[in-house]
Amino acid sequence: MISMIGKSIRRWWAVFLLPTLVAFLIGFLIPFVMGIYLSFTRFTTVTDAHWVGLSNYSGLLADREFQHSLVFTVLFTIVTTLVVNVAGFFVAYMFTKAMKGANLFRAVFFMPNLIGGIILGYVWQLLLNGVFGHWGRSLTYSGTYGFWGLVILMCWQQIGYMMVIYIAGMQSLPDDVMEAASVDGASPRQILFRITIPLMMPSITVCTFLTVTNGFKLFDQNLALTNGAPSNTSEMLALNIYRTFYGRTGYEGVGQAKAVIFFLIVAVVALIQNKLTTSKEVAA
Amino acid sequence: MQGSIKKVSATVAVLALGVAGLSGCGGGGKADDAPKASGGKVYYMNFKPEVATQWEDLAKKYTDETGTKVNVQTAASGTYDQALKSEMSKAEAPTLFQVTGPVGLKTWKDYVSDVSDTEPYRQLTDKSTALKDDSGKVVAIPFVTESIGIIYNKDILKKYCQLPDAAVKSASQIKSFKQLKAVADGLQKHRDELGIKGAFTSAGMDSSSNWRFGQQLAAVPLYYEFKDENTVQKQPATIKGTYLPEFRQMWDLYLKDSTTEPSKLGSVTLDDANSEFATGSAALYQNGTWSWTDLRDAGFQADNVGMIPMYIGVKGEQNQGLTTGTMNYWCINKKISKKDRQATEDFLKWVITSDDGKKAMSEDMGFTTPFKSFADVKTENPLVEIAQKDSKSKTEKIPWVHTMQPSATWQNNVYDAMLEYAQGTGNWDMVVHRFVDGWATEVQATKD
Repeated sequence: MISMIGKSIRRWWAVFLLPTLVAFLIGFLIPFVMGIYLSFTRFTTVTDAHWVGLSNYSGLLADREFQHSLVFTVLFTIVTTLVVNVAGFFVAYMFTKAMKGANLFRAVFFMPNLIGGIILGYVWQLLLNGVFGHWGRSLTYSGTYGFWGLVILMCWQQIGYMMVIYIAGMQSLPDDVMEAASVDGASPRQILFRITIPLMMPSITVCTFLTVTNGFKLFDQNLALTNGAPSNTSEMLALNIYRTFYGRTGYEGVGQAKAVIFFLIVAVVALIQNKLTTSKEVAA
Repeated sequence: MQGSIKKVSATVAVLALGVAGLSGCGGGGKADDAPKASGGKVYYMNFKPEVATQWEDLAKKYTDETGTKVNVQTAASGTYDQALKSEMSKAEAPTLFQVTGPVGLKTWKDYVSDVSDTEPYRQLTDKSTALKDDSGKVVAIPFVTESIGIIYNKDILKKYCQLPDAAVKSASQIKSFKQLKAVADGLQKHRDELGIKGAFTSAGMDSSSNWRFGQQLAAVPLYYEFKDENTVQKQPATIKGTYLPEFRQMWDLYLKDSTTEPSKLGSVTLDDANSEFATGSAALYQNGTWSWTDLRDAGFQADNVGMIPMYIGVKGEQNQGLTTGTMNYWCINKKISKKDRQATEDFLKWVITSDDGKKAMSEDMGFTTPFKSFADVKTENPLVEIAQKDSKSKTEKIPWVHTMQPSATWQNNVYDAMLEYAQGTGNWDMVVHRFVDGWATEVQATKD
């Protein structure tokens, strides 16, 4: 059996591999390399650039708004990663226990994910402004309002998604280990912290990876909900890059340089996070 | 066992990434590219989403008549620059595109070409309105003229004028900021009797509306300062903010005599302001001639609408006219073949001289055009009628000096400060700082 599959793979590999490879090249690799190149140039359109060396990068560190958006993004990512994962895990834990209507609730919790970020942003803007209206204020009152507004939106959208991943992980937990633990007299609390969570580490790795990178890359929701108001105090990294790119004539390269730095930050953070959580994974 | 857990989570993760990836792909849908014709072809990148279908219809008519393929693409509102930047890097780049003024022209200086030998330039009533590049070549031709002012509801104003303590006898007597303020204060005071919620529509500061203030209202103090300094034609490197106190009293008036508390302005949109005016909840509304189509669609009567200039309290403003100008200039792409260029020029000629083209531009799109060939065209837009009357009178028209704003960042920073001032989280000094110091910084930052 295996050798037959091996044979056909050897013959047909190109059919399976090439389409993905081409898509990967066009959709990712080429733009990525071009993006790095463009960060060293001055350009209006991407096919028409001239080399300016490192000048796009100089002054980036002194850009106060860039720094502010970096701090804002880091805080946002920490808060959402914690809240989304704890809540997602808890909800999944509830729904894997015998509970009436669990399937319905799973579907309901997952649904926010099917709505696009821009639409979510506008819907939540209406909702939150309606609430703030009672005190004669709006989301633009201060950057803190925008921050918590974004946190609420993000949690609402992502908890259901992470829940699904956690549920999948929980359902494949080995029954024998659980049973052995309860026969040995472990309390439910002990089972949760000593057995379930360690065994769930692969799912936790995936979910934290997703929430951390989503937090850093957040753009649509930020654009629609606050658009940085007031005075760019609720602006995250991706929006700052976008605004740099289009805000002034001749700043496309600077925006691109910010994007390269942005990539480095996200890559480093994601790698560290991955290393940390995978190191905690155990075998049953 | 561990293997299966890993497999499950890996599958889920792959699915997760897949879904996320796919959702990122949506939205960018484009109509199919221009079909290749044997002769030249035209590809027009249109700036105004509100007339997208009209341009497409017109293009189709032209193709039926002449066989030349005309492809019209329109970017979604506020994304013209993005769209144009990506279209321009394609092999089939737009042959005809738009810039918004001298600053926009700077972005595209490597792509514009000499258009002095084209029909639109020959037909231009006032040739000085065309934009030139650094070497003095004509590279951009305005094709729409628009006017901005304070639009008012005639019925409500008439009712107000009959009140015993009315500041004026008729709306036409409003000739200065002082009178405008007196009228607005009176309207606000008697709002219950008059059945309105406020004198002015809400000065919404969300992104759909902020250009009305950070850009178009700001043009008035800018113009008077430029006039003093003799730089109306050329962007100065620094400004002093001479008329910012007048700008402030106007902004205060908009905030005070309004339908909405200033602290809530961050959540109010242009649609809100538009419907407040259209439904008669407010009597005064700062906007331009283009807003007529929206008012008409909301059921507003043509004989009930009037427009006065934006008086902010500058000396000698009794003679001020509407703010008239354009942000719509045609440019022909330099980097196209001779055939395509010829086709584009022919198309433009047809648009502004043929009956079909003229009808489409003036009636269907509702434009006022600066071309001689349109002299015989009558408008159905009452605001345009007022603007035309104004342009023939001896008032001092304010040109659209806001096209000289050094960058989008400048404008955004100014209105952010105006918003913070309005909602009480910032002070006026910030507006002054961003207006004056920000100008110098931005001019410096965008220098080559």
